[in-house]
Amino acid sequence: MTFATMLSTMSEGMLRTIGIFVITLVGSLPLGFVMYFMKKSKIKPISVITKVFIEIMRGTPLMLQLLVWYFGPYYLFGWGIGNWRFGAICVGFVLNYAAYFAEIYRGGIESIPRGQYEAAQILGYTKNQTFIRIILPQVVKIILPSITNEVITLVKDTSLAFTLAYQEVFSLAQQLSASQTSFMPFVIAGVFYFVANYLVSIGMTKVESAFDYYD
Amino acid sequence: MILEMKHIKKSFDDLEVLKDINIGIKPGEIISIIGPSGSGKSTLLRCATGLETQDSGEIVYEDGAKFGLVFQNFNLFPHMSVLQNVMDAPVQVMKKDKETAKAEAMKWLDKMGLADRADAYPCQLSGGMQQRVAIARALAKDPDILFFDEPTSALDPELTGEVLKVIKSLADLHIAMVIVTHEMAFAKDISDEVIFMEKGVIVDRGTPDELFASDNPRTQEFLGRYNNI
Ligand SMILES: Nc1ncnc2c1ncn2[C@@H]1O[C@H](COP(=O)(O)OP(=O)(O)OP(=O)(O)O)[C@@H](O)[C@H]1O
Ligand SMILES: [Mg+2]
Repeated sequence: MTFATMLSTMSEGMLRTIGIFVITLVGSLPLGFVMYFMKKSKIKPISVITKVFIEIMRGTPLMLQLLVWYFGPYYLFGWGIGNWRFGAICVGFVLNYAAYFAEIYRGGIESIPRGQYEAAQILGYTKNQTFIRIILPQVVKIILPSITNEVITLVKDTSLAFTLAYQEVFSLAQQLSASQTSFMPFVIAGVFYFVANYLVSIGMTKVESAFDYYD
Repeated sequence: MILEMKHIKKSFDDLEVLKDINIGIKPGEIISIIGPSGSGKSTLLRCATGLETQDSGEIVYEDGAKFGLVFQNFNLFPHMSVLQNVMDAPVQVMKKDKETAKAEAMKWLDKMGLADRADAYPCQLSGGMQQRVAIARALAKDPDILFFDEPTSALDPELTGEVLKVIKSLADLHIAMVIVTHEMAFAKDISDEVIFMEKGVIVDRGTPDELFASDNPRTQEFLGRYNNI
């Protein structure tokens, strides 16, 4: 197998990896917000359940969670799991990352001094205006470095989809390497992850610098 | 009366912080509140401005009266420029149109001697300048009464003068002011009435001349700690 064929075989896996990455971010960034608000809910059962859920998501390996989401429906309800592979991966990644983002959001929001809320209240801002105009812009700046860390971790975590035999870059690299007795697929995969993270870093630095105008 | 506070009581758990406070403020009147740390001065202003709710007693503003509050540590919005800090509430809350709000904000900044710093961000300014922005921000809501909670306590000594000077310059705007301060010379100079609070009680009150010459032993003891009058 030539290098070019290897690359083109693996490029399909790269697209799948990028798919997991994008779906996870698009789903978990907003869902993390929902989880944060649920955890802060005045309705006790909602806040307690959300709190426990977040702890479980953060306290157990993502690899295990993926297996549970994939096989759980079968063992619990006897549902066939035929086409559920990609669904389980999406659910597993989105929920896991949303739990981390919820905690990042919480840390950011709680770090805003009470004086900001009081100044806004005295000036007559509504609760919504206060959150959107005063609190949120400051929170975004504070949490961006933590978000960057999570996004970079996610690039690497996508390889966990291999647990469910999903044909993303890492799975393909392993299979190709075994069938072709070649080390090259691993090199290609390594370069792919590295470049992906490099692009993420550049992007996030750009976003962070947009908030550099004050400190 | 622009504001009447009647029989205000407030406790935090077992701690009685305000015990039956009565204060009336006429339009344009300037009242200073002095007293030792922990006597309940901030709590009183926080009740008057709705940041705390009194346990009992009445707080009655004249119909349509608006108030502002200047904090010890400014509480400017760090992500907004000086101009945005001042004009945002008039636009968002009072629904003034942007051009009007901007012109008025610039007028207030000019009065505070900060017209040339309109585009700066709070972190780029000295504490004294930040407090002057906070005062402009409060003024931009056209208040009838303005509360100050130790507006110079967080400032380096060399910066207190500029802030006291701009507060003094507001006296002719006919905005009532209630000023909690440890600056005795300033209180004596600017006030129509000086109130001495201790342990949640108004111990002594009067015109500056009366209060600073009071024969109340507790007033004398407290004033004796300040030799800058
Ligand atoms: N939210 C609160 N919870 C519990 N205790 C409080 C609270 N706010 C104030 N206190 C207490 O109430 C008392 C009066 O506080 P306050 O801040 O009103 O005093 P102050 O006269 O403004 O003092 P200072 O000159 O130090 O600013 C203090 O003993 C303070 O610890
Ligand atoms: Mg105080």
